[in-house]
Amino acid sequence: MLNTIIIVASVLIIGILLSIFRVTTLVGVIKGEGKSNVGSGNKTQATLMMLFLISGIIGFFYFSFGGLDESYVQPIASKHGVVTERLFWITMGITCTVFILTQIFLFYFAFKYQHSTDRKAYFFPHNNKLELFWTGVPAIVLAVLIISGWRAWVDITAIAPDNAEVVEIMGYQYAWAVRYPGADKKLGDYDYKEIDATNQLGIDFSDRNAFDDFVPREIHIPKGKPVEFKIRARDVIHSVYAPHFRLQMNAVPGMPTRFWFEPTKSTADMREETGNPDFNYELVCNKICGKGHFAMKYIIVVDEPAEYEEWYAAQDPWLKVNADYLSQVPENLKEAAKIASKIENIDEIQSVDGLSIGSFK
Amino acid sequence: MSVTDIQITEDLAHDDHHEEHHEQSFIEKYIFSTDHKTIAKQFLITGILWAIIGGGLSIIFRLQLGFPEMSLEWLRPVLGKWITATGKLDSEFYLALVTMHGTIMVFFVLTAGLSGTFSNFLIPLQIGARDMASGFMNMLSYWFFFLSSVVMFVSLFIETGPASGGWTVYPPLSALPQAIQGSAAGMTLWLVSMVFFIASTLLGGINYITTVINLRTEGMSFSRLPLTIWAFFITAVIGLLSFPVLFAAALLLVFDRSFGTSFYLSEIYIGGEALPNMGGSPILYQHLFWFLGHPEVYIVLLPALGITSEIIATNSRKPIFGYKAMIGSMLAIAFLSFIVWAHHMFISGLNPFLGSVFMFLTLIIAVPSAVKAFNYITTLWKGNIVFTPGMLFSIGLVSFFISGGLTGIFLGNSALDINLHDTYFVVAHFHLVMGSASFFGLMAGVYHWFPKMFGRLMDERLGYIHFWMTFVGVYLVFFPLHYIGIAGFPRRYYSFTNFDAFSSFTDLNAFVSIAAILTFAAQFIFLFNFFYSMYRGRRTPLNPWKSTTLEWTTPIDPGHGNWPGAIPKVYRWAYDYSKPGAEDDFIPQHIPLSSTPESNLDHEKELAKSEGVADKKS
Repeated sequence: MLNTIIIVASVLIIGILLSIFRVTTLVGVIKGEGKSNVGSGNKTQATLMMLFLISGIIGFFYFSFGGLDESYVQPIASKHGVVTERLFWITMGITCTVFILTQIFLFYFAFKYQHSTDRKAYFFPHNNKLELFWTGVPAIVLAVLIISGWRAWVDITAIAPDNAEVVEIMGYQYAWAVRYPGADKKLGDYDYKEIDATNQLGIDFSDRNAFDDFVPREIHIPKGKPVEFKIRARDVIHSVYAPHFRLQMNAVPGMPTRFWFEPTKSTADMREETGNPDFNYELVCNKICGKGHFAMKYIIVVDEPAEYEEWYAAQDPWLKVNADYLSQVPENLKEAAKIASKIENIDEIQSVDGLSIGSFK
Repeated sequence: MSVTDIQITEDLAHDDHHEEHHEQSFIEKYIFSTDHKTIAKQFLITGILWAIIGGGLSIIFRLQLGFPEMSLEWLRPVLGKWITATGKLDSEFYLALVTMHGTIMVFFVLTAGLSGTFSNFLIPLQIGARDMASGFMNMLSYWFFFLSSVVMFVSLFIETGPASGGWTVYPPLSALPQAIQGSAAGMTLWLVSMVFFIASTLLGGINYITTVINLRTEGMSFSRLPLTIWAFFITAVIGLLSFPVLFAAALLLVFDRSFGTSFYLSEIYIGGEALPNMGGSPILYQHLFWFLGHPEVYIVLLPALGITSEIIATNSRKPIFGYKAMIGSMLAIAFLSFIVWAHHMFISGLNPFLGSVFMFLTLIIAVPSAVKAFNYITTLWKGNIVFTPGMLFSIGLVSFFISGGLTGIFLGNSALDINLHDTYFVVAHFHLVMGSASFFGLMAGVYHWFPKMFGRLMDERLGYIHFWMTFVGVYLVFFPLHYIGIAGFPRRYYSFTNFDAFSSFTDLNAFVSIAAILTFAAQFIFLFNFFYSMYRGRRTPLNPWKSTTLEWTTPIDPGHGNWPGAIPKVYRWAYDYSKPGAEDDFIPQHIPLSSTPESNLDHEKELAKSEGVADKKS
């Protein structure tokens, strides 16, 4: 019923609008509008141009400087983030100046030079000096921006320092898996053919470096120390994006990538700064990857260095947690694997494991 | 006006060409027509239909983004199972909507609808040719486009949904049906459709280039071509060089999808199994795609800029400022557009050194773009401006071109792109500079050349209302997106509620959605005006905008062959507006310099002398 009323009402409204349109058109024809090529609306349009300019500029400044309910700048928590943020606002200053000036010229000229029958336009086909000027000035300004951007880029993408903490991040539909190198500080090999429901990362246990690698539920990184993310994906392209660290790098299947940075504020610092006791750094997927693209969240915790060491030492190697994967370790390395992964009594664990399997059955 | 009329009668008097008149059947005349004007109209109307679909899709996903809590149960009759049991939009179909919106708008509306329409319509009319070099190829170009449209349209309705890996269809997502439903049959249809589309573009492009080079009327040297023609010409060259690369990319993707090759696939574990593909690179696809994709931006934009140059000059009653600089900057943009593609890939895992190279090249392209913007503004300066709806849309285009162009300076800077890449800042950037600017070029062109197309004028007041609602609407939609882009909101997100970092700006998103709906609604004013005026609009005078270019010397309803008599000769450039000394404020291109001694400039006086001699000889 309601639908019918809506449909009838819309038809009526459209009908009325059409009638008004037809009547005004006919009145216009009778009045003899449209004989000259300058419509009577010319002045109105010129005025509207000016009105748009003024309200546009007011709106721009109002909303850019505090008119919005929320801040649109995410607090920065990395060393290079400060550099790029500075560059961002310098670029913003320059572009906004150009933006405002050119828009003023555009709409003001449109208003000022509206048609008048007792004036003729100024025949001004070209002016080499003027054109050289506005080819040259943008070229110089852009050169400055390019060079400062390029220097920042070179620093950011340089090889990570040797003392960087290494974290492996792997994207898959629709979550992240994270691996740390463990006590030996060396990430073990991986092979995508080793991936199964438990061994999400495809850790390759024929490499002894893998024995002490651990896979935590959250990323922990130390404040004030360089951190290198080694990034990969196992199904489609994902993108490791952490807006607070101004960090982003695609995760590409078959082509490992990396990004290193230095966090400058611990999670606790940030909770204090933002006044939000529940604040957490979030890792976000930023490359379309399928149905769950919008839900690939992972928490990053920035610890004070001492806390971090403590946390790091307390993690159990993945192999210890999933001791049945010992069977994948080559015979000659089994002992080494047990030692590295701190598996003290293999028989005991196997029996426990046997029990759990039994109970499933 | 009197000048024009006299010239035409003169031409008729000298005429020794007799039209062979034979009745064309309906099918010959309107369907499988080889007349460039009819083909242009076919492109235009198909483009308009696509614009409604593409715009409609965006409204559906804007509802989701603006009002995530809203029940979309009422869309079930249209969308069927893509509305979940709880009355929400399916999150996978959301991606399909985004993908199809992009594909439709970029290729079907702004490439075929804009370039296809106006290159076809204006090239023969403005250079003084009877038709395109090959009318048959031109017809094929449209029908390949039509076929491509049908395939893409069908893909919207299939069980597994249309392609949904984003309009750039990056593999492996687009290669693996296990990864997303849209990569099943939907993606196959997408690829088939694009192959036809590329064939259409190439057929059209070859024709445009050949026609411009070979069929210019006497006196129409390259240095006298209107800027529209320069723009279409350069666009066609860019398209001819870049679309085949997309074809290659698509072909390799077809091989990976269907024949087990590994061009783009390597070390993939998906759906519980490890695939055998080794050694491919997803980055290869990105290189190939963007080698087309970036020039494509200019394929979309340059025709709009050409149209704007013409309309702004005509309605400012002034020559376009810096005609040669305009051509130079278009050539520079065309050249540079081929060597900047990797700025879409700064954070794809590309070698950082390459990133540096592409940052330099990318920011250089801002210089010719800036020159164009300044030249438009200077053309307005001391003009005598007539605000036709076409002119309003052209001014709107310049405004968007500046607003959107400036944000490109951020994104072209690789260090800044790290944080802005794939956020709403990018969405705001390209919707302004490429989407809206080109769309405004299309609209400006339609309003301006409607009288030539249909012999009638569109209603001016409805045009004004349409312009202001669209212009303000576009800014209200896309300007706020910069803020949430700076805040780091990722694009192609179904919802932001999962993240604390993106929990803000729900009101702003709702606002943007409302603005989008209103802007979309305003387009129906245009549609009414367009179709109504086609049949009931006021009859147009011969040269309604008092323009200098050749198309206005044809009869109001130009038949096959455009000019009933001989093709007019051209004696001057296209921008003799408000020439000092001249009686009228415009001198059309076909008026000999020798008949306007009062307004000739010094170098033209010399030309005028030789002109008389040449005319006597002939």
